[in-house]
Amino acid sequence: MMSDPRPLSPHLQIYRWQLTSVMSILHRASGVALAVGTILLVSWLGAASDGPEPYAALQHFLASWLGLLLLFGWSVALFYHLSNGIRHLVWDTGHGLDLRSVYVGGWIVLAATAGLTIVAWIAGISHWRP
Amino acid sequence: MAMIRMSSPLARAIGLGSAKEGVEHWWAQRVTAVALVPLVLWFVIAVIGLVGADRAAVIAWVKSPMPAVFLILLLVATFYHTALGLQVVIEDYVHSEGLRLGTLMVMRFLCIVLALRGVIAVLMMALGA
Repeated sequence: MMSDPRPLSPHLQIYRWQLTSVMSILHRASGVALAVGTILLVSWLGAASDGPEPYAALQHFLASWLGLLLLFGWSVALFYHLSNGIRHLVWDTGHGLDLRSVYVGGWIVLAATAGLTIVAWIAGISHWRP
Repeated sequence: MAMIRMSSPLARAIGLGSAKEGVEHWWAQRVTAVALVPLVLWFVIAVIGLVGADRAAVIAWVKSPMPAVFLILLLVATFYHTALGLQVVIEDYVHSEGLRLGTLMVMRFLCIVLALRGVIAVLMMALGA
């Protein structure tokens, strides 16, 4: 049988990205990142419970450049997954499923992610008592 | 024209498809998601207040006493939601049945270990001297 040379499924290299598909994959990626990030949450609680030395070691690590970078990435993933998760919950009620609402909601989620991240870090840095 | 139904009356009444499951997974993911919205916002605000705090301040905060309750709820909802979410990711990308089963078992085991480690740490701080 001769195969038709027409292009089949989208080739990712030449596929035009859309806000909708990018945000969909980012929801999953941020979820997986947060799953890894739960180790940070449990390490913090565990270190505080275990004693002064483990807690001091964890605090020292979190204040390092790598620690701060991990915390920053974790906060972005958290605020994105939280905002986009609320968008998904709205969809689950059957609302906002038309094309315009899906795009407006997407931009609101991106703005909320940036806004919450900036506010949280400004508040955190202003609270820092090293 | 009436639709021809091949399923038995019992199967029709139970209303599940060939997978026999899925509704509970979907619903539990939503319930934990709704619970996590206020819990995560509370946690972020609390952690910002604790930036740079020493261990004594963290323990005093956990003992205060509602944070211990909210932390345990946060841990349970987080790891339940995480296990459900990672299950879908694993089922999508791991195609070999044996490897998929093994990965799911390891993932669930890790979720339970981390959840227990967190809950016990909170309880020890809340109830310790």
